[in-house]
Amino acid sequence: MKFPKFLAAAAVFYAVIMILSTLNILNGYFMIIINKSLIFVILAVSLNLINGITGQFSLGHMGFAGIGAYVSGTITAIILKLQIPHSFSMGAVGSEAIFIGAIIIGGIMAAFVGFLIGFPSLRLKGDYLAIVTLGFGEIIKTIINAIDYVGGPRGLSVPNFSNFTMIFVFAFITVAVIRNTIASSHGRAMLAVRENELAADLSGVDTTRYKVTGFAMGAFFAGIAGGLLAHLIYFTTPSQFGFLPSAMILILVYAGGMGSLTGSMIAAFLLTFLTEVLRIGIDWLNQTAKLPIGPEWTMVVYALILILVMLFKPNGLMGGKEAKILILERKTT
Amino acid sequence: MGSIINTQQVINGLQLGSIYALIALGYTMVYGIVRLINFAHGDFFMLGAYAAYASFYVFNSFIGEGSPLAFLVLIVAMIAGGAIASLSNLLAYKPLRYKPKLSSLVTAIGVSMFLEYFFSAFPFIGPSPRGFPEILPKVIYRGFGAEISNYVIIDLVVAAILMSGLTFLIQKTSLGRAMRAVSQDKDAAKLMGIDVERIITWTFAIGGAFAGAAGLLAGLTYPRIDPYMGIIPGLKAFIAAVLGGIGNVPGAMLGGYILGLAETFANAYNSILGDGIAFAVLIIVLLVRPTGILGEKIADKI
Amino acid sequence: MKPILSIKGMTHYFGGLKAVSNFNFDIPEGVIYGLIGPNGSGKTTTFNLITGIYTPTEGEITFEGKPIKGMKPYRIVQGGVARTFQNLRIFGAMSAIDNILVARHYTVKSGLASSILRTKSFLREEEAIHEEAMNLLKMMHLESRADEMAKNLPYGELRRLEIARALATKPKLILLDEPAAGMNPKEVQELMALIKQVRDDFKVTVFLIEHHMHLVMNICEYLKVLDFGETIAEGLPLEVGKNPKVLEAYLGKGGH
Repeated sequence: MKFPKFLAAAAVFYAVIMILSTLNILNGYFMIIINKSLIFVILAVSLNLINGITGQFSLGHMGFAGIGAYVSGTITAIILKLQIPHSFSMGAVGSEAIFIGAIIIGGIMAAFVGFLIGFPSLRLKGDYLAIVTLGFGEIIKTIINAIDYVGGPRGLSVPNFSNFTMIFVFAFITVAVIRNTIASSHGRAMLAVRENELAADLSGVDTTRYKVTGFAMGAFFAGIAGGLLAHLIYFTTPSQFGFLPSAMILILVYAGGMGSLTGSMIAAFLLTFLTEVLRIGIDWLNQTAKLPIGPEWTMVVYALILILVMLFKPNGLMGGKEAKILILERKTT
Repeated sequence: MGSIINTQQVINGLQLGSIYALIALGYTMVYGIVRLINFAHGDFFMLGAYAAYASFYVFNSFIGEGSPLAFLVLIVAMIAGGAIASLSNLLAYKPLRYKPKLSSLVTAIGVSMFLEYFFSAFPFIGPSPRGFPEILPKVIYRGFGAEISNYVIIDLVVAAILMSGLTFLIQKTSLGRAMRAVSQDKDAAKLMGIDVERIITWTFAIGGAFAGAAGLLAGLTYPRIDPYMGIIPGLKAFIAAVLGGIGNVPGAMLGGYILGLAETFANAYNSILGDGIAFAVLIIVLLVRPTGILGEKIADKI
Repeated sequence: MKPILSIKGMTHYFGGLKAVSNFNFDIPEGVIYGLIGPNGSGKTTTFNLITGIYTPTEGEITFEGKPIKGMKPYRIVQGGVARTFQNLRIFGAMSAIDNILVARHYTVKSGLASSILRTKSFLREEEAIHEEAMNLLKMMHLESRADEMAKNLPYGELRRLEIARALATKPKLILLDEPAAGMNPKEVQELMALIKQVRDDFKVTVFLIEHHMHLVMNICEYLKVLDFGETIAEGLPLEVGKNPKVLEAYLGKGGH
């Protein structure tokens, strides 16, 4: 099947970026943008699994990322304080393993919450499910805000353990796992749930199980992304995980095309780069033209992108299709 | 229990409930007529608050403080809410009217984001919260073991007047009849010569106007406004509408007051509970009686 | 011979409306049984009750000797009862063969983990169910459409696809809800032959709802007639066709 090709392309991408980075052609600033893009790939692809593939409209995705961020951040911060193992610090032997462990535990906790949220939400359709998931996201935010131990609204300081290799590997695994899931009988079951839940039920599919599975898997990877992000930008705060950030990921998925993993990946890169371009533009306008333009204008652009996509190209960039390299179906005729 | 449910809390609860009820009405009317949860509705509320803020300062130079100014500000807030609602409908929702429901929902999210960030980014409006002016001097009365400010009375009275006006409109006018017809069966209404799009526009406008009024009242009562102030109240007002029966006008009023009271009592006990109670109400309603208190079952033909 | 499906005293209310009244019914194994009656008489509701979409207010339903009332639909389907729908319920954005593969899903043993890791057993199973699905498509003369997106297929083909999908669940009893709806006379003829072939080749019992009297009279071995949720006649088609109550239900008082 096409998997080796995908692996090869990914390896090439990795090698190129590593080389350019080591040669300092791509400096630290640029690498942060690439790292952020990859993290958004994980977020977009995992949301696509819930919304696009299984057809469950979830608006609280960043809440899962928040759980991952706080759980993993707390673990690394504690271990750092306790100095286990000896001389545990960035780059020290064994620290990478602990970091990976913390990230994964963050993902598991997020998946657990996703599982819990999945159940009561199951009877709900479209609009109501959106509101309930939105509410859950806000509740998670409120709860974290109230926990003083992790800093409440001031946020949590997180050691900077994320690096390109780590993030890249996680992103690759995310896309590979989700893509392989979709290209299997289980994936078909999820798509059937999206297409016509009653017919899926009457074709022997345990729709409840697949809705919850979609939620839990999506939440798991979102939790991982949250952990990676927190360890990239040194901190995490509850405000990163409410409705508006979740809507951001939604924009990525819609712009790329519901159900298209390729679309989500492209959109993640495009929009992350666009954000930087806009930010530079705004800074420049502020300096030279002395216009008091705030950074929120980037978000205004995003909102407009979403509205325009929905009005004119509702299937997104990729129109719901996948690039050849990810294509799952074996042609039978 | 006495410290949680007492006269003061009841008064506060009714005050909060008035605001929720006004916002909830907009949600329920729009849902009743186009089966859309207008995510941006909470932002019309925000807009009303800002419009009130701006108009106060503009008109203050012409008219001195006092009731006429306050009345004018209320009118402006309502017009602003209604206008932005109609505009959103025209530009963003109408084109998607006959497309799958999800597209409208997502577009509504986009409109909501747009309004929040636009107001946040726009110079002179800005992301920082602003203190709302004292449009009418605050007077506090004491009695029955509680403090009642004239703001409470204003909130309750304005809400009552608007809600009675709406009830009159819906029951006794031809516009109201048309609105009821369209919400029952769009196609039948069309066949009877009703200009469905015009009715939809009016529904959005009225709902938006009520949200705008609520924005003014909220600014007055809890005098801190910011561009994101519509998100949580919007969510809660929606829950209130669901509680009362989404699509049901008296239901929205009932739901608003029940939620206002519940939240006030819960908050007195514990502030996290206060934030979470609306959400708990939503889960319970959806699991136990999804059509809400006054709602009706709509059967799905299988 | 024990009946494959046995219903006793089934009554169902929607709120205050009685949709089905005291429905009693035994289907012998291997027959083609027809359910007819004017629109709104409760036929589709009966199907919905049997397949677990609704739980009957009163009554018992027994399939192959086991009670199925109150079971979830997907469990009933896995137990051997399949159905098609009056208004097609196809997975539009999936290919024709994928539609069939979904119905085979419950028989797949590979878990999520082996699917993700692409184990040999996973690949073997995929191969096997693809072959079975293609066979079903061939039988329905749809094999050339296997990779077409279902929503692009013409109506008649979609009706056949739905039947194929129902058959893919390996049923012992298949409920067809107006399979001939919207078909022209030639298609109806082909459908009649198909239904008989399905019954013979797959050894299923067929229970169908239809309005096409030609089809009903020619392939059904037994008939049951509903009107306003009540059974007004049952038995051999020729007898039922002459029953005055049946004629009245369809044509109104005053005969024809």
